[in-house]
Amino acid sequence: MYRNVFSRSLPRLSRVVMRNYSSAAIPIPSTEPQVHFNKLFINNQWQDAVSGKTFPTINPATGEVICHIAEADKLDVDKAVKAARDAFRLGSPWRRMDASHRGLLLHRLADAIERDSAYLAELETLDNGKPYAVSYTVDLPTVVKCLRYYAGWADKWEGKTIPIDGDYFCYTRHEPIGVCGQIIPWNFPLLMQAWKLGPALATGNTVVMKVAEQTPLTALYVANLIKEVGFPEGVVNILPGMGPSAGAAIAQHMDVDKLAFTGSTEVGQLIQQASGTSNLKKVTLELGGKSPNIVMSDANMEDAVEQSHFALFFNQGQCCCAGSRTYVQANIYDEFMERSVERAKRRVVGDPFDLKTEQGPQVDEEQFKKILGYISHGKKEGAKLMCGGEAAADKGYFIQPTIFGDVQDEMIIAREEIFGPVMQILKFNTLEEVLERANNSKYGLAAAVFTKDIDKAHYISNGLRAGTVWINCYDVFGAQAPFGGYKASGNGRELGEYGLDNYTEVKTVTIKVPQKNS
Amino acid sequence: MPVNAVGISQIAEEKEAAMTSRSIGDYQKPSGNGHSHQGPNQSQNHGDGQETRALPAPIPDLSIQYTKLFINNEWHESLSGRKIPVHNPATGELLCEAEEADAEDVDKAVRSARAAFQIGSPWRSMDASDRGHLLNRLADLVERDQLLLATLEALDSGKVFLMAFFVDLMATIKTLRYYGGWADKIHGKSIPIDGDYFTYTRHEPIGVCGQIIPWNFPVMMFAWKIAPALCCGNTVVIKPAEQTPLTALHMASLIKEAGFPPGVVNVVPGFGPTAGAAIAHHMDVDKVAFTGSTAVGKLIQKAAGDTNLKRVTLELGGKNPIIVFADCDLEYAVEQAHSGLFFNQGQCCLAGSRLFVEEPIYEEFVRRSVEKARSKVLGNPLLPGVDQGPQIDVKHFDKIMELIESGKREGATLECGGAAWNQQGLFIQPTVFSDVTDNMRIAKEEIFGPVQQIMCFRSVQEVVQRANATHYGLAAGVFTNDIDKALTVSSILQAGMVWVNCYNAMSAQCPFGGFKMSGNGREMGEYALQEYTEVKAITIKISQKNS
Repeated sequence: MYRNVFSRSLPRLSRVVMRNYSSAAIPIPSTEPQVHFNKLFINNQWQDAVSGKTFPTINPATGEVICHIAEADKLDVDKAVKAARDAFRLGSPWRRMDASHRGLLLHRLADAIERDSAYLAELETLDNGKPYAVSYTVDLPTVVKCLRYYAGWADKWEGKTIPIDGDYFCYTRHEPIGVCGQIIPWNFPLLMQAWKLGPALATGNTVVMKVAEQTPLTALYVANLIKEVGFPEGVVNILPGMGPSAGAAIAQHMDVDKLAFTGSTEVGQLIQQASGTSNLKKVTLELGGKSPNIVMSDANMEDAVEQSHFALFFNQGQCCCAGSRTYVQANIYDEFMERSVERAKRRVVGDPFDLKTEQGPQVDEEQFKKILGYISHGKKEGAKLMCGGEAAADKGYFIQPTIFGDVQDEMIIAREEIFGPVMQILKFNTLEEVLERANNSKYGLAAAVFTKDIDKAHYISNGLRAGTVWINCYDVFGAQAPFGGYKASGNGRELGEYGLDNYTEVKTVTIKVPQKNS
Repeated sequence: MPVNAVGISQIAEEKEAAMTSRSIGDYQKPSGNGHSHQGPNQSQNHGDGQETRALPAPIPDLSIQYTKLFINNEWHESLSGRKIPVHNPATGELLCEAEEADAEDVDKAVRSARAAFQIGSPWRSMDASDRGHLLNRLADLVERDQLLLATLEALDSGKVFLMAFFVDLMATIKTLRYYGGWADKIHGKSIPIDGDYFTYTRHEPIGVCGQIIPWNFPVMMFAWKIAPALCCGNTVVIKPAEQTPLTALHMASLIKEAGFPPGVVNVVPGFGPTAGAAIAHHMDVDKVAFTGSTAVGKLIQKAAGDTNLKRVTLELGGKNPIIVFADCDLEYAVEQAHSGLFFNQGQCCLAGSRLFVEEPIYEEFVRRSVEKARSKVLGNPLLPGVDQGPQIDVKHFDKIMELIESGKREGATLECGGAAWNQQGLFIQPTVFSDVTDNMRIAKEEIFGPVQQIMCFRSVQEVVQRANATHYGLAAGVFTNDIDKALTVSSILQAGMVWVNCYNAMSAQCPFGGFKMSGNGREMGEYALQEYTEVKAITIKISQKNS
């Protein structure tokens, strides 16, 4: 994700990200950043879990324990929801605050994260395994931009006055929903936190956020910055914990007004059910994908190969929008395959703190084993292993960049989300054929098409059943553009102005007037 | 003039505080307190745990750093070699001489703005979010230099220093931040047109914008003009008023420091008939925005018609009615109407200069208004405790005195004031006229000074008819506790802003502009973006439409 986000403003950096990360712009990282915060953040205070339980967080590059973290469970969620509810009561500092001041606080948070971005990038790499050069040049700047973007919205989220029939004056107020539960994944810990906090806080909600048990460290450091910049107590509460305990408690809570979840489709279904069996809290979901990437024969070959490589392998393949079905037109299939294999073999896998590294470890042992399981399925089902296919180191959770050729649509590796560095390349002949095959998935998150032909570009991009379509590019994200899925890839949209809808209740106020005049 | 009612009363408190040596912290709650209108310095006080803060004081013996024309991020002397003497209106003292731009200098500035707007230029190829970031950075720099700018503003314009600090500068900072946020939120649309086509719109900058601003709120008008223009991606040639060029020139230095590319903003102090006319008539200026008198506004519109049909927005004069019903909170209405007129020495296009008071409370209202006017402290605007400074210059002083004389002659009752104050300087006593009738000059013409006209009315129908009987239509106020009256009167009034139970409640989010001869277009809020964008509809033939 995210390579091109700031390619305009920082062209050199983005090229660095694509090739080797040896630019002087990236500070030499400390490979052992100190961990300052390992407790629950409730009501702007650090608290132990009520149960006293902790869990270890692991460095996936070595498999070693970094530290132990307080583990939130149902009782802690209750405490956090109470704090968030209290911060949201009528007349509270947060409710009475000018919208522009909410925006200013978000700006200050962005400034504080920018100030500490080298440290936060180290912590992110340590906890998640993503290359430091990527954390520092992609994740951190994108976090800052996302918060600044939503800071700007705070006082621009306008209701309307409406010319209804009769002698009435009618207007809408865009009010915050209330206490928002937010459950975020481990693949972009900081960025997902910003995506969730930005719109929720800009619109005036309060938040109980559960961060993934694999990657709690950066979120807790940001919690401290939230306090530092002056958000009132209880506005943001951050709980590290497990899905089935803390996550479920949020999803089922009778006093949580809204829930936003990013993660697997399977868990997304549980969340939706929990809403139905509890208080019908509003739900937005950003789930899995099996995103098609269609390469027409008239595309710029070199560019398409590089972009398709990036589309799949970025972030160790751990992207919900990974381009994991690469459809290549028959007459260029062989050359595309050859070049893709050559590129994958060149991919530098290793110590994520080494600035030359392009690919770090998978996030944990469970993911590591799951991905290797998919690879053996692929072999069994008759796909052609073109490169990779094995673990890439003796310790840590590294996997070789892997490419399968001759992949058929019904194979497991062409249907299920692998979430790892495993690329499937499929052959197609016609436009109509590929469009039908591309759409033949329960998912509908993202898609791409590479072509120089303006008619094909429009035909395919209009026909694809996906929330995001890229033409001659991939993973181009901006805080300004909405992101979300068709079908089982999710519900609602994050980012952009659209993201505000999911955090807003619209109230229609109608006043009787003696006489209407236009 | 983005000062809200609460802002004014808060400043009144601050002045009290100054006199009794209290500190702001005594009554200003810490930030994040959710005060619906937070203290004017909320943004300085964020999260730093500072509980008390002494009132700001002007910088003594400020040396003036910038006096030249700012073109292409460089300081230039005027081609003619002419200079404008810049005076302190409180003392008549010469502060400095500023370079005086004329037509050739405007040409230079326009060329530089045009070059900065070329396709492929750093400014045109910049991400919108980076434009926004530059505006935010500029806001940070203004905040850093807030004391200096407020001192300079008070010296140059005669406005009360604490007002400059808390009202003008805060509004400047907030305006820059507000439009900083818009830069990457100016959305075009994709449009479902008939046929096998794909249509979308791009909201593009207009190009080189000429901006001509007045002397009553020099730095704030500067921000009101440049912020929306820059957030939409335009380039700017801005002419500050000849009376008050100094804060604009300091802002120019901050624009460069913030990192705006050369030529994006050019600042050319000069006179209206020369530099101003050159901008208005320039064939390579794509848009002109003017704030000032209705008489000059007409010239600007005419100049656009005579030349290249440049887009024109105008923010002009007003003769704004405030309507006070007998059922209102009387003391509050008196105080709001008072500050609605006397704020900034009465030099506001928004001044509530026709005060219509319902008969049952008329006498009491006049009595209390006079009391309030008499309590005003005139003096050197840099001194604490002073709440009215001098008028801007001799010409303006004379005009106000002449209108006061006409009021006396035409039979209005002079309740207080009516004369100059303190022999030297350009001070005018706070003046209240009662028994004013609609046909008197003081009820029809914009006085732009500390002169309040109070009229009597009997019915809703009568007062709205009288309130609308003017060629102006900028602002209006209504004081009543009756929801029906409030909604009826506010919807009938012909004015760009109507305040109900408040006056001058302005902020960056809210559009501002006039009906009728008070102007054309709107500044501030999302509405202002329309005034700085051209909409381009792009239609592409496609092979087959699908919904």
